[in-house]
Amino acid sequence: MSKQKAREVFSKKILERAKKDSSIFVVCSDSMGSAMIEDFAKELPEQFVEMGIAEQNAVTVASGLASLGKKVFVIGPASFYSTRAAEQIKVDVAYSNNNVKIMGISGGISYGNLGATHHSVQDIAFMRAVTNLDVLIPADGNQMGALVDLLLENENPTYVRIGRGEVDDIYDKSEVFKIGGSKVLRKGNDIAIFTCGQLVSRALALSDLLEVRGYSASVVDIYSVKPIDQGTIIDIAKKCGAALTIEEHSVFGGLGGAIAEILVQEYPIPMYIAGIPDEEIPNGTDLEVFDVIGLNQNELLEKALILIEKRL
Amino acid sequence: MIRKLDHELEKSLIIKSANVRLETVKRIHKVGAGHTGGDMSAADILIALYTYMNVNPENINSKTRDYFILSKGHSAEIYYEVLAEFGFFEKKRLDSLGKLGSEFGGHPTKNIPGVEANTGSLGHGLGIGVGIALGLKRDKMKNQVFVLTGDGELAEGSNWEAAMAANKFELDNLTLIIDRNYLQISGKSENVMPLEPLDKKMESFGFKVLKINGHDYREIFEALNSSFDGKPKAIIAETIKGYGIRDGEGIASWHHMVPNKEQVIQMEIDMKRIVEEINNV
Repeated sequence: MSKQKAREVFSKKILERAKKDSSIFVVCSDSMGSAMIEDFAKELPEQFVEMGIAEQNAVTVASGLASLGKKVFVIGPASFYSTRAAEQIKVDVAYSNNNVKIMGISGGISYGNLGATHHSVQDIAFMRAVTNLDVLIPADGNQMGALVDLLLENENPTYVRIGRGEVDDIYDKSEVFKIGGSKVLRKGNDIAIFTCGQLVSRALALSDLLEVRGYSASVVDIYSVKPIDQGTIIDIAKKCGAALTIEEHSVFGGLGGAIAEILVQEYPIPMYIAGIPDEEIPNGTDLEVFDVIGLNQNELLEKALILIEKRL
Repeated sequence: MIRKLDHELEKSLIIKSANVRLETVKRIHKVGAGHTGGDMSAADILIALYTYMNVNPENINSKTRDYFILSKGHSAEIYYEVLAEFGFFEKKRLDSLGKLGSEFGGHPTKNIPGVEANTGSLGHGLGIGVGIALGLKRDKMKNQVFVLTGDGELAEGSNWEAAMAANKFELDNLTLIIDRNYLQISGKSENVMPLEPLDKKMESFGFKVLKINGHDYREIFEALNSSFDGKPKAIIAETIKGYGIRDGEGIASWHHMVPNKEQVIQMEIDMKRIVEEINNV
C-alpha cells in the first residue's frame, strides 16, 4: 500500500489544472512551504498571490478576486483559517457566494507538539454551521486529487480540511466521488462506523478486529460532511442498529454531531462519538496522541463491543 | 461617466444631493429605523462617485465597469436612494424597505442591482477592493475600484492588512475614500480610538493621500481625477455627520437616530432653500 501527502497531491494537481486555466488562482499567507505550493508560485506567478501572515485579508482578497470570476484556492493552516479568518469565510466567501475554496492544511492535531495554537479541532463544528459553505475532508491523496476536479467543476464556497503527514492510500486513483456523497468501504450488519479524514484507516483496522471476534461492521467514509449523505447514513444505521463515529475533531459539533443530528431525528440508535476530548491534550505526534486520548484500537474496540451489545 | 465637473453639473449635483438626502430621511422616518447620521455624511461622496464612475444600469455586468464597494454597509439607506436616483432600479422598489422579505435590508447585498459586495460587518470593503483591483491588474484591465469606509471603521485591523497589500501590489487602480465625520456610535472617534494623524498613517502604508471637504463637489472631483502611478490613493473626505438635519449635524447619537416629523419638515424647508439658492445663482 502506498502512502501520499494529500497537500502534495493537491499542489501538483492544482498546478496541472491551472496551467490550462488562467482563471485558477492560489492565495497563501506565508504558507508556501507548508502548503507545498512553491512550484505553483514559481511557474504561474500571475496566478499566485502571497498575502503575508494575514489570513483574514487573504480570505477577503480572495473573495474580491473571485467576484471577477476567478476560481480561487486559499491555502494555509486550517487552525488559523478556521478561527482567525472565520468571519471572512462566513461573510466574504459563504454569505457573498464567492467561488473561494479554503484549503485548510495540517488540520486536526496533525501539527502535533506545536500545540493547541496550531490544532484545528473546532473547524468542522463552525464551518458546517455556515450557510452556503460545503465542507469536505479527504481521507487520502487519491481522494484529494479527485476532489480537486470536483472543486473546479462547481462554484460552491467550500472549506476543505487536509492532514499534514503521509497517509496510506484508501482509494484507487480511478475512484469516483461526488459532493454530498459518501463511500461505504465495508458492508456489515452489527455496527455502523462513520468516519472521515486520516482516521478512516483506523476505522478499517477496527472493523478487522471486530471481524476476528465474529462481528461485521459497516465502515462509511463521510468525506462530504456538508452536504452530507443522509440517505446512506440512515440506511446503514437501520441495517446495523448501532453507530460509532471516529474523527479527528472535538467530540462537540463535528462528524459525530452531524451524524447524531440525523439519527436522533430519523432513526435513534445507540451511538458513541470518538474524537478529541474536551480537555488539554498532551504534546506528541498526532499518531502518539491518538493512542492516549481514546482513539487507540483497544479503546475503540471496547466502545464498539459495548455498542454491539446495545444495538437495536 | 462624467469625469469633468463644470458649473452646471456642480449645481445639478448639489440639487440632487438635497433631494436624495431629504428622500432618505423621509424614508427613515417612515420605516422607523436607519443609520441617519452616516447616510447624510456619505451622500455627496456617493453622488459624486456615481456621476464619475464608469458604471450604470446598462453596464453593471460588463467586465470594463468601475467597481464600488460600500464598506460602511450601514449607510445602506442613502446608498439605495443613490442607486435608484442613478437608475439601477425603480425608486418604487424602495417602498419595501423595512418590510418582511424586502430585498433592501439594513445592509446591502448583491441581490440589489448595482451592489458589488455584501457588506455590513466593518473592515471588509478595502480587502474586497484590493482583491478586485489586483485581479483587474493581473488581467491588464483599466477599470478603477472605489471603496468607501467610515472613519470609526478604521479601528478594525483588517483595513491595515488590506492597506499593506494595496501597497505591495501597487494598486494605482484603487481609491479608498474615508468618510471622515469624526464621530461614531459611542462618541468622537478620536476618543473612542484615535486615528490621527490619519493622513500620515495612510502615507506610511504607501498610499497617496488627499484631504478634502467631502461635501464640496469640486474638491471631490479633483481628488477623483488625480492619479499616481504605482500607488493606491486615499481620499480623506471630511464630512458632517447628519449633514442637512438641523438637530442632527455633528451629533454622535444621530448614528442611528430616527428623525421625528418636525425634523423632517424642517429639513424639507432647508433643502428647498438650498435648491432655490442654487437655481438663483
